[in-house]
Amino acid sequence: MGRTSTYLLSAAAAVLAGAMPALAAWQPQKPIEFIATAGPGGGTDNLARAVQNIITKHKLTEQPIVVVNKGGGSGAEGYVYGKASAGDPYKVIFGTSNAWQQPLVSKVAFNYTDLTPIAAMAQDEFLLWVKQDAPYKNAGDYLKAAASGEFKMGGAQSKDTDEVLTRMIEKTGKVKLTYIPFKSGAETAVQLAGGHLDSHVNNPSESLGQWRGGTQRPLCVFSPKRLPQGPKVTATEGWSDVPTCVEQGLDIKQYEQPRTVWLPGKVTPEQAAFYVDLMKKVQATPEWKDYIEKTSQVDTFLTGAELDKFIKEDLEHVKQVAGEQGWLVK
Amino acid sequence: MDNLQELLHGFTIAVTAPHLLLMVVGVLLGILVGVLPGLGAPNGVSLLLPLTFGMQPVSAIILLSSMYWGALFGGSVTSILFNIPGEPSSVATTFDGYPMARDGRPTTALATAFGSAAFGALVGVILITFLASWVAQAALAFGPAEYFAVYFLAFASFVGMGGAAPIKTVVALALGFAIAAIGIDTVSGSVRLTMGVDELVKGVSFVVAVMGLFGIGELLVAVEEEFHARAVSSKIDWREVFRAVGRLPRHGVALLRSAAIGCWMGITPGGPTAASFMSYGIARRFSRRGRHFGTGEVEGIISPETADHAAGTSALLPMLSLGIPGSATAAVMMGGLMIWGLNPGPMLFVDSKDFVWGLIASMYVGNIVAVALVLLTVPVFAALMRIPFVVIAPLIVIICVVGAYSVSNSYLDVVMMLGFGVVGYLFKKLFYPLAPLVLAIVIGDKAEDAFRQSMLISKGSLGIFFANKLVTCLIVGGIALLLLPLLLQLTRLWRKPASPATDAPVQERAII
Repeated sequence: MGRTSTYLLSAAAAVLAGAMPALAAWQPQKPIEFIATAGPGGGTDNLARAVQNIITKHKLTEQPIVVVNKGGGSGAEGYVYGKASAGDPYKVIFGTSNAWQQPLVSKVAFNYTDLTPIAAMAQDEFLLWVKQDAPYKNAGDYLKAAASGEFKMGGAQSKDTDEVLTRMIEKTGKVKLTYIPFKSGAETAVQLAGGHLDSHVNNPSESLGQWRGGTQRPLCVFSPKRLPQGPKVTATEGWSDVPTCVEQGLDIKQYEQPRTVWLPGKVTPEQAAFYVDLMKKVQATPEWKDYIEKTSQVDTFLTGAELDKFIKEDLEHVKQVAGEQGWLVK
Repeated sequence: MDNLQELLHGFTIAVTAPHLLLMVVGVLLGILVGVLPGLGAPNGVSLLLPLTFGMQPVSAIILLSSMYWGALFGGSVTSILFNIPGEPSSVATTFDGYPMARDGRPTTALATAFGSAAFGALVGVILITFLASWVAQAALAFGPAEYFAVYFLAFASFVGMGGAAPIKTVVALALGFAIAAIGIDTVSGSVRLTMGVDELVKGVSFVVAVMGLFGIGELLVAVEEEFHARAVSSKIDWREVFRAVGRLPRHGVALLRSAAIGCWMGITPGGPTAASFMSYGIARRFSRRGRHFGTGEVEGIISPETADHAAGTSALLPMLSLGIPGSATAAVMMGGLMIWGLNPGPMLFVDSKDFVWGLIASMYVGNIVAVALVLLTVPVFAALMRIPFVVIAPLIVIICVVGAYSVSNSYLDVVMMLGFGVVGYLFKKLFYPLAPLVLAIVIGDKAEDAFRQSMLISKGSLGIFFANKLVTCLIVGGIALLLLPLLLQLTRLWRKPASPATDAPVQERAII
């Protein structure tokens, strides 16, 4: 290597070092493992693979990344693995809010405090869906009909986000719903299409194909304002045409599921800072925008104190619902 | 005949030089993945998935589905040669495939399996071609009660048609249900039967169970029997490959029956595993040589293989048209579909005609490519049987250990796999059947979920299982199958008192 190029390289290195925040001095020295707390093909798995793809494509780190699925026990397998890997900065865990919700309601051998929160990267919205040919046109009609007969509400997993929301609808709308848990949102959507359920509260991506295919339609979205304008889903309607539930008299202002990223416990602040920075870089790429749009999620980025606050608030809320239902475990 | 026209259009997409090349590459990779320890079709497809992100969706799905076909064929190789099923659906192939290979006819066993598998797949694709829209509707009729009825039918057909002492079958089933219950319960969300081991929250993986039960269990039995049966002289004979395939039409009834069972179970979401078990059980009851099943019967290979591939192929239809993945591999492919920007669901057939019909056409061509490649390699695989036992035995242990570990990189799985090995050995020694145990491990929790979901819907009334024609037929059929052996036993008793001699073959067949 010539003198000039050595000089140039060190200059470049100096510039780079100056540009980075002081904390991000740590760099990975061996391959990184991404743990998706869901089976192959699920939303969390898609996120982990999309992030892996973006990092590899843009060479955001020198080290190779492998995605491992540990979705057993509704994701508990992945979190327990993260807990057991305390101090290992080469394991990144991708999950949802079940990191703090699951320990409340079942005796799993982890708690979210065993992990180091990195970021919440995307929010999945919830909508109230009914069968295409159902007579009710809005949430008000739905609640009125539900009051006179016991409706069957399907959802993914038990005592998880879907059932929490179902219980909130019961309380707010003063109705009684029979909640029937299935393994996944996709399965629930098919059950509604077949007329075996009256409604469900799937995320947009879980029922997108079914809405386009005319087997089911959304009544309202559990969000403070309507979803952002996007391409039309059916011939006439897109996500932004779905009214909010509050507009229709079902007073649940906000209910979202964050996609969360964690490191095991006992990692250094420098190591955590590296991954926060890495995820920020991922979020700035066009591929990320593409992923968000295709999966109909909302782009957000929470980290540090903001993320802590979000977790605490959500935890309080879920604790209250779970307490009323008698789900809490000691 | 709109469908036919669409299909011809599909062929123009599928039969192009780059796509044919992709099929060959996919199939070869698939065979490799299927034969290699611990790398099943789902792992293989997910490893390949990131490579397809830049491809056209049609090319990508052709590559992935070809890999799937290859892996299915490759999985049968280990089932037959080493008694290690790679996928739940190839468990039933081991029952007669392995004994036949051990008797020195590995070429015949492999060629028969591949030939009948290709036939099953072909019937499955033809069904998809002509009944695509109808089939998509039929699957919608399946609610929790219907699901349970299908699983019940699968269990019942195996209990009723199986040859083992009924009480032993029930014990094996019950043990399987208990193992399937380990981990998080879908309906209540609580943790069950982890016995203080935190990691068990993930449940017991099927791969871990069968590697131990079949791979290690068989090895222990073989060691005890002084492994004389092992190093057989199997001639590498190309002609035998064609002779075996040529003999298939003689078993036309078995082929057609199994294909029908396979297609039916593929569309109704019973899946390939239930299909292959059911097909095997029914063949044993109706075949003229049913008594010899478990000792290397040709029809004992044909029945599960045909049904497995017919179901595996036709199960892709619910994935495309409804977004229900019928298997782990289909789930990975569905994830791929979303990333390529397609939405599985009823509109896929309208929005992305090129994709759907290109895929269906590629299923015809891909299966032909796969069966040609795999038949060419039969003598090579069969030659593996000539390796002496002292070499092959440690290899099997390595395959099982690596395979169990790679399921989720967990040491606990290796320990459990070895534990299952001991269970497998004991089962064989005590003439308990392994098949019901495996069936219950694989679909036991699904059956339980479906039953409890039905009970939630009906508020605890069993009437839901007789609420419409479909579910009533399934349940009545299941009960009839359960009672069949009892009735046969009774009529036999009626005619003449049981003599001890008739018990002997029952005992023998109980090994299955």
